[in-house]
Amino acid sequence: MDKLSFGLTMLIVGMGGTLATLTFMSLVMVLLKRLFPYKDDEEGK
Amino acid sequence: MQEAIINGLSGLAAGAVNLHWSNLVMMGIGLLLLYLGIKKGFEPLLLVPIGFGAILVNIPLAGLMDEHGFLRIIYDAGVLTELFPLLIFIGIGAMTDFGPVLENPYTFLLGAAGQFGIFITLLLALALGFEALDAVTIGIIGACDGPTVIYVASRYAPHLLGPVSVAAYSYMSLVPLLQPPIMKALTTEKERVIVMKAGKKSVSKTTKILFPIVITILGGLIAPMGLPLLGTIMLGNLMKESGAVARLTKAAENEIASVVTLLLGISIGATMSGPVFVQSKTLVILALGLAAICLDTVFGVLFGKLLCLITRGKVNPLIGAAGISAFPMSARVVQKEGSRYNRKNYLLMHAMGANAGGQIGSVMAAAVMLSVLSAMGII
Repeated sequence: MDKLSFGLTMLIVGMGGTLATLTFMSLVMVLLKRLFPYKDDEEGK
Repeated sequence: MQEAIINGLSGLAAGAVNLHWSNLVMMGIGLLLLYLGIKKGFEPLLLVPIGFGAILVNIPLAGLMDEHGFLRIIYDAGVLTELFPLLIFIGIGAMTDFGPVLENPYTFLLGAAGQFGIFITLLLALALGFEALDAVTIGIIGACDGPTVIYVASRYAPHLLGPVSVAAYSYMSLVPLLQPPIMKALTTEKERVIVMKAGKKSVSKTTKILFPIVITILGGLIAPMGLPLLGTIMLGNLMKESGAVARLTKAAENEIASVVTLLLGISIGATMSGPVFVQSKTLVILALGLAAICLDTVFGVLFGKLLCLITRGKVNPLIGAAGISAFPMSARVVQKEGSRYNRKNYLLMHAMGANAGGQIGSVMAAAVMLSVLSAMGII
């Protein structure tokens, strides 16, 4: 594989993969917050 | 007798006689790092041991980096084995509050956008003739995260460890100078004064405890090559959030982090030997590192502008600059710049979310990159 192909592959798959992974993780965080909502009585615990 | 005295005196002068001009240059750089750390307060915990290590290793005939030299022993034990950056990551995890990013999960995306510089710089390094793994290591300076940079460099391009580490830590300490002009250039006056309201507290303790566990499992499954990085930072965070191992948490964020930072700093300094370091290639690496961090900021702010557009003006694009990691300095820069344009604006919590997202983003970018390289058969 030549350097340009390697660089472009890393850019597309690497950056795309990072963005997709973090998007997925942010959705998981939303889900976690829904499953385990904050209760006011947690304050001060 | 006279000959013996002359021989003895020549032994005392041997160090000075063997001094190469490049050793003097590196001693000068060591002194500059000490000045920046001590006088200017730029990342002193790292720049002081790095600067002193650079001076030590450039004194000829001391043999500190020879086979049984004490710096070599520390370097081999902690840097070549990748142990030091991973131990530091446990401490970082124990110090980091991911609450702000959990409050606003969208800020995670700013942490992703803030990693663009890594990949563009990788392309630039390849275009300038660097080999694949060297280019990856140079690109990773854009992670703006010292332990990640050291982990990748020590594993895949140990000969570049000195320049990339110095570039990473120097530019991270210069974030307050590098970011504001880019933030100003890419945003309009109207965007910079957008007030972001502080959200209601919405993250339960259970969520905070589950977060590091879930992220470790998901991240590990997606990018297993980066699990040492992700796993250690999340272990530290789990210890902090669980509250069950206060002693370990305290040790991780204080004693362990301090000892390892000292050993890591002096080991990096030890790689800065004049004849090895003083090359035109080092200057190119330093320039590419600067480009990486500036590009991260550019893409972070541009993504902030996109979010501003999508939310119809509810997101201040300045917080995008905090997506570069450099935790927590870039969040502070955003707060300072935001309040400079609008005194009523308090962007810190939102910027901390982007910054914490950037912290995980930089680790995930490295993890994804390593896994892609592994799948391509390059590592």
